[in-house]
Amino acid sequence: MKRAFPILAVLTALLLAYAFYQALWVAPTDALQGDVYRIIYYHVPSAWTAFLLFFINFIASVEYLASAKPSTKRAAKWIVIAIGIAGCVAAYVVPLPAGIRPSAIAMTVLAIPAFYFLIGKYFPEQNLDLLAVTAAEVGVVFCTIVLVTGPIWARPVWGIWWAPGDIRLTSTLVLWLIYVSYLVLRRFSDSAQTQKLAAVLAVFGALDVPLVYFSIWFFRTQHPQPVIGGGGSMDPRMLHVLLISWMAFLCFAFLVCWLRYGLEKLRREVEEAEALESLLEPSGPAAQTSKARVPLSRGIL
Amino acid sequence: MNSAGSIKFLYAAYIATWLIHALYIGSLVRRYSRLRRQMKDLGK
Repeated sequence: MKRAFPILAVLTALLLAYAFYQALWVAPTDALQGDVYRIIYYHVPSAWTAFLLFFINFIASVEYLASAKPSTKRAAKWIVIAIGIAGCVAAYVVPLPAGIRPSAIAMTVLAIPAFYFLIGKYFPEQNLDLLAVTAAEVGVVFCTIVLVTGPIWARPVWGIWWAPGDIRLTSTLVLWLIYVSYLVLRRFSDSAQTQKLAAVLAVFGALDVPLVYFSIWFFRTQHPQPVIGGGGSMDPRMLHVLLISWMAFLCFAFLVCWLRYGLEKLRREVEEAEALESLLEPSGPAAQTSKARVPLSRGIL
Repeated sequence: MNSAGSIKFLYAAYIATWLIHALYIGSLVRRYSRLRRQMKDLGK
């Protein structure tokens, strides 16, 4: 697997360069906004990637909490299947606001059981928390990009950097704050329950993701309609470039997650080795300096 | 705003994106090297 990383890194760099070229030189210029609209090729893929990572964090956190007891694990499995079926049926039965496609809702809901079983298959119980923290941290990075590029785009188009009180903007900021607090909790809490508390916070934090996405339909907002699965429309050539850009950012996010996951694994190995050394040599240097040394979880996370 | 005036916002957004990614990857590399050093110290 270690050999695959440099190959994937080169391929991702090529894809990012291609997406950059497409975004700046191939995609047609917008008739209303001019060239500044090209920010969409970084802003929107970053938002989608952040949502996906927060979703992975949510599923990994739920699985981590459910893995505490075999009975909870079994119940969670059936609840997830029920959510998938009920959500699919509801998408076609319940009347939706104009602009929302039932197929988009059904696919989103079906992603819950699909990701639940995929993550459960490839990540054993002890690695679920590793995956959760990885997805949250990389997700915060992408969400930061959304919050930085959004105002840079808004200034020339809307004439303002930020629309105070706008639900889409505010809920995105709240989402970012929730996940930053998740990371802060993990960084500063010394409790044995930290992982469990963080998982609970992640489950509640994930509830903000649908609010961010659907706020456009349910509230008055300055933000335009989404370009996929909603009422917005886009030139097919622009959409093509947008999807290439998203693919490139997804590959990049995957590589960064790979790095971060490895880092977290190494951090835990070092922590275990330190604890073992302290146990084996109670009067040795590790034991003497253990009180003075900053805990690894504080220094690294 | 004319296209020439707004183009600087486009560049600013692209530069900001890669700056944030570079800073984050830099922090990951720094944390990695620190952990490797600690692991080496523990091995001694």
